[in-house]
Amino acid sequence: MWEYSEIVKEHFLHPKNVGEMKDATCVGEVGSIACGDALKLFLKIEDGTIKDASFQTFGCASAIASSSALTELVKGKTVDEALKISNKDIAAALGGLPKEKMHCSVMGQEALEAAIKSWRGEKVDSVEHSEGEIVCECFGVTDHQILEAVRENDLKTVEDVTYYTKAGGGCAKCHEKIAELIAQARGEAAPAPEPAPKKLTNIQRMRMIEDVLEKEIRPQLQLDGGDIELADIEGLVVSVTLRGHCVGCPASQATVHGTVERTLREKVDPEIQVREV
Amino acid sequence: MSASVIYMDNNATTRVAPEVLDAMLPFFSERYGNPSSMHSFGGAVGKEMREARESLAGLLGCAPDEIIFTSCGTESDNTAIRSALTAQPEKRHIVTTRVEHPAVLSLCKFLERSQGYRVTYLGVDSEGRLDLQELEESLSDDTAIVSIMWANNETGVIFPIPEIAKLVKSRGIMMHTDAVQAVGKLDINLQELDVDMLSLSGHKLHAPKGIGALYVRRKLPYRPFLIGGHQEHGRRAGTENTTSIIALGAAARAAKAHLPIENTRVRALRDKLENGLLAVVPDSRLNGHKQDRLPNTSNISFKYIEGEAILLLLDQLGIAASSGSACTSGSLEPSHVLRAMGVPFTFAHGSIRFSLSRYTTEEEVDYVIKNVPPIIETLRKISPYKQGETEPLDPRKPACGC
Repeated sequence: MWEYSEIVKEHFLHPKNVGEMKDATCVGEVGSIACGDALKLFLKIEDGTIKDASFQTFGCASAIASSSALTELVKGKTVDEALKISNKDIAAALGGLPKEKMHCSVMGQEALEAAIKSWRGEKVDSVEHSEGEIVCECFGVTDHQILEAVRENDLKTVEDVTYYTKAGGGCAKCHEKIAELIAQARGEAAPAPEPAPKKLTNIQRMRMIEDVLEKEIRPQLQLDGGDIELADIEGLVVSVTLRGHCVGCPASQATVHGTVERTLREKVDPEIQVREV
Repeated sequence: MSASVIYMDNNATTRVAPEVLDAMLPFFSERYGNPSSMHSFGGAVGKEMREARESLAGLLGCAPDEIIFTSCGTESDNTAIRSALTAQPEKRHIVTTRVEHPAVLSLCKFLERSQGYRVTYLGVDSEGRLDLQELEESLSDDTAIVSIMWANNETGVIFPIPEIAKLVKSRGIMMHTDAVQAVGKLDINLQELDVDMLSLSGHKLHAPKGIGALYVRRKLPYRPFLIGGHQEHGRRAGTENTTSIIALGAAARAAKAHLPIENTRVRALRDKLENGLLAVVPDSRLNGHKQDRLPNTSNISFKYIEGEAILLLLDQLGIAASSGSACTSGSLEPSHVLRAMGVPFTFAHGSIRFSLSRYTTEEEVDYVIKNVPPIIETLRKISPYKQGETEPLDPRKPACGC
């Protein structure tokens, strides 16, 4: 059982500003049902000031409480003031969060940023955090997000990063990369070694691709109830079809471009591109 | 929580039955003797322990000397699997399922990762059932042990252990079953089964925590996990937990007497609860096969909302249940059992497990049926996901942006 503060409990049991705002000036959306929490933040901005805020949240008690506290925090603030609100401010307004739940406060801060960006007319990609490269494929967390969370909250361990961003909370494959990012953000740079490129004939390459797909990638996907089929190989472009649980899985893009492409690049050729057909 | 809790979490743990408590109490105080002692003060405790062993053997349909008392279900599982591997050092393959309890699953992953064993994790279908064909195909001369749970703790789905054991035995392979959730709820007669080892846990059948047992078929090659004194005929060293062993004996007698109730009254209450909720709450679904299931367990998913939030609102009303959602486990992913069944994420995060016992009353069931739907409604009002709508966010983006 989580040890929630009285303020968290109050915001969860009696959330403030719940619901869709029909005349919102802008909306910020983060998260998804697949990852277990999602927040839709509605803001009404007049003359550069946030006049009203409301939310809809899918998630646990602390996610709902964080959203409720966030709407209270931003009301009456100018847009510039609101942009200065950090995830730490949200957690503080709740009388603290269990560290395992800090990602809820991060989600609040990100929704706020997304809403304001859309109000300013900046492009908000359908894929959140399109800046940077995805590090954690399970939860779709980028290196930018991890670096920001480490700097903002002075995080020291991979576990901390998981609590704040969810990165590394799934299959744990990215733990090494997260450790490198922590070192980078904290100024303890650890350069990654460059693998030496190999020169292959077309036939060799095709055989190797088939081999790696069959022996390494398929068994891995099958563990999660998914599967993959090789559709075509044209030079360095590999076309695949996802099957089983991979179909419609929100992480399937991460699977194609992450797991599949990365494994093929590692084992066969660093210039391979994978496409889903 | 107040004493008037409506306890629907009996697959997590059960209350100690009053008759069990009565039986065990003297062994905490005046009857503290060590059964290994030569004096009659200790020896008399040994005699009571023998009776407890006989009672448990009576519940399982085995001989008393086939029972080893342990500290918990996890110890029994670990002992069984490690014993099979140590006794057959030339065999390097283990077969288990993707939906086992961590006591088996984490051990297998550990053996795979750090000791180089090959492990086959059998999948389940959308109703949580195994494919026996797949099991058969996974067996080889290299297979040291097949470890398959009797009933699933999260969904209550029952695997056909008699059939599975027969198949495994016919190939000359050792068969272990984690029957922690099955003992006391299902009729088990080991004499008629090809099961070689069976694990059980006291606190799931109204005995206290800290006591378990492992059934080991006579003449089965066996290697102890704890090595030391001669207790349990050298098969599990360490001074016996006499108090809890006496308690487990009493609990086994009570379980045997109440077995018909589990399958009539408890089952009827479970069905009433389940049907009541599924009928009233839209976008809810049952997880697990409707028939091949423990009589006390119901795992229901409520779409568009998250399990921890449901549990906390239930808690406010004094209702104790559990969830397979990510947030409740401290991990970030929903239950491995529901994922193995391919339960969509939209449902997996909102799963609630109600597990009843012979102490559950009809009033309690009615109270839950009355109070759950408004809770679901409250949380759905907060949720951005709505009935009939598809996910408003692009489902093809990475699983989580937060």
